[in-house]
Amino acid sequence: MATIVLDGLRKEYPGKPPVVALEHLDLTIDDGELVAFVGPSGCGKSTVLRCVAGLEKLTAGRVIIGDREVQELPPGKRDIAMVFQSYALYPHLTVYKNLAFPLKERHVPRARLDAEVRRVAEMLELTPLLRRRPGQLSGGQRQRVAMGRALVREPLAFLLDEPLSNLDAKLRTQMRTEIAAVHRRLGITSIYVTHDQVEAMTLGQRIVVMRDGRLQQVGRPADVYANPANLFVAGFLGTPSMNLLNGRVDRGVLTTGTLRLLVPGAPDADVVVGIRPESLTPVGSDDIGPCLEVVVSHVEALGNENLVHGSVEGTGPDKPMVLRALPTVNPGEGERLRARVEPAQVLVFDAATEERVTTSGPVLAADNRRAAG
Amino acid sequence: MAAPSAPPSVVGPLPAFDLETPRRRRRPSGWHLFLLPLALVMLTPLVWMVITAVSTTQESRQFPPKLPTSIQWSNFSNVWTGSPFGHWLLNTAIVSVIVVISNLVLCSTAGYAFARLRFRGSGLAFILLLATLMVPFQVVLIPTLLIVKSFGLIDRLGALIVPNLVTAFGVFLMRQFFLALPPDLEEAGRIDGASRLGVFRKILLPLMGPPLATLAILTFLSIWNDFLWPLVAIQSPQNMTMQLGLSTFQGAHLTDWPLLMAATLMSQLPVIVLFLAGQRMFVRSIASSGIK
Repeated sequence: MATIVLDGLRKEYPGKPPVVALEHLDLTIDDGELVAFVGPSGCGKSTVLRCVAGLEKLTAGRVIIGDREVQELPPGKRDIAMVFQSYALYPHLTVYKNLAFPLKERHVPRARLDAEVRRVAEMLELTPLLRRRPGQLSGGQRQRVAMGRALVREPLAFLLDEPLSNLDAKLRTQMRTEIAAVHRRLGITSIYVTHDQVEAMTLGQRIVVMRDGRLQQVGRPADVYANPANLFVAGFLGTPSMNLLNGRVDRGVLTTGTLRLLVPGAPDADVVVGIRPESLTPVGSDDIGPCLEVVVSHVEALGNENLVHGSVEGTGPDKPMVLRALPTVNPGEGERLRARVEPAQVLVFDAATEERVTTSGPVLAADNRRAAG
Repeated sequence: MAAPSAPPSVVGPLPAFDLETPRRRRRPSGWHLFLLPLALVMLTPLVWMVITAVSTTQESRQFPPKLPTSIQWSNFSNVWTGSPFGHWLLNTAIVSVIVVISNLVLCSTAGYAFARLRFRGSGLAFILLLATLMVPFQVVLIPTLLIVKSFGLIDRLGALIVPNLVTAFGVFLMRQFFLALPPDLEEAGRIDGASRLGVFRKILLPLMGPPLATLAILTFLSIWNDFLWPLVAIQSPQNMTMQLGLSTFQGAHLTDWPLLMAATLMSQLPVIVLFLAGQRMFVRSIASSGIK
């Protein structure tokens, strides 16, 4: 086990102009920590992993695993293990030989090799499958073999590149639990790359949100979710996405649609107001709290809740709105629904820089009725 | 009300693995009426060759050909004793085996390099290599002859081996195979501690069976049946290959057809045996390469 330090990583691919896949990435991953890199396709998260693994040569920067600088070492000398999205199991070898391959390459004595393979097979419930070939296994079994091959030689660091993306939803949930359990048991420093925010939020002790080769925010999943640093992070995390409405701050008062809130210390500017769907509650016309009036377009019934889709007049074109509601709330198309806003959970972003606007105090409700009037 | 279904298992049921799909028996159809005469047309020269090979000289001159009154097995022994047939067979076997092995080794490694290694000028080198496929052999016949002559290989088996040690087609075939292979396998091998050569030998080589078989079959066929280049490069009867040797049975004024057909049949026996042994592989190789 080891600490992983990524120091000023930069990766360019040749071209005119060169394509920058990674731009000055600094991060320290603590010993035994599981960090999840998340971001849309092409954001550079897999490039980070491949640079740490040694499958890509860095343009600049250092990778330190434990007490060694490894950026110049070939992948096999870095003492890391990797699980690929495609699993990359050797199709001509049995499960036993797949698991034994990394040990064989390191000339581990036969008796120890056999013991290690059987230990890992036992741990991942692969023992009955040892004589099968990858082509004779289901997706979940293949995934476990790939995990086993990575774990069998107890590496310093464990790299996982979207390991669950080829599984169906049910199996993905189960394997997620298994990966978390294995990490808890072995405590190997791990980097987990995924485009699935649920995986990142549930597995990562910290998550790293990336965009266009740049690190956007690092932190504990709950912190990043509750306090996104910029519009991108705010919009990327959460399903359904955060509602983003155009607004304006004038002398400490934020106005968007029919909603007026006090944002102490915020400079006068055009802003984007972020409200999570769960921060909106459908209320009756007699509610006097800060409210938005949503013109309903359609309702998605999920069984345990309804997602009410619509728009808010005066908040900018193409600004869809969605709120979580009880299954009993089922407004018709075109109906107007009042939704109360929790002021403390409203996030304000500068429309020009897309960065979070800092306020000197909590966001509070202004006189809503007067604004509506 | 429908009965509740059994809870789905965690990993799902194992799929059935039919390694050998049973062949479907097709019923006779209109297609067969079209294909049967075609098959007969294709078979006619072969049958004619076999009939002529066991006929007397007089019987061989009849048209249309008729079945011989008695089978002339002596034609075969006459070929064997009257010409250095054994030498030709051995020469062809030596050339074919060496060329096939060298093609398997060199084309697969070169194909891997073109598919996976980034080196200066690799694109240009590959285009130049492909360009050689567009040039008919007749165009490069004389330059090749001059080069082989400068090596002192004229009238030696080396003249048949050296120019064929590696072929542009073989390199192209293997490169396409490697391009189709996911790079994850090699990367996993490198992370697991194998060197590049180790990855090639332990991971890629076992997967190369089908393209290597294709390459081996196509190379073998082209070398075994080659006539033009041996005709130019070899003079002495002892160094001739089978196809070249067959031409010596053909005189300027008179040809002993039964002897020639017997020799031809004998020359094709190894190919026929090989074909029957690996019929499916042969058809797949030729079909997949798009070459006849």
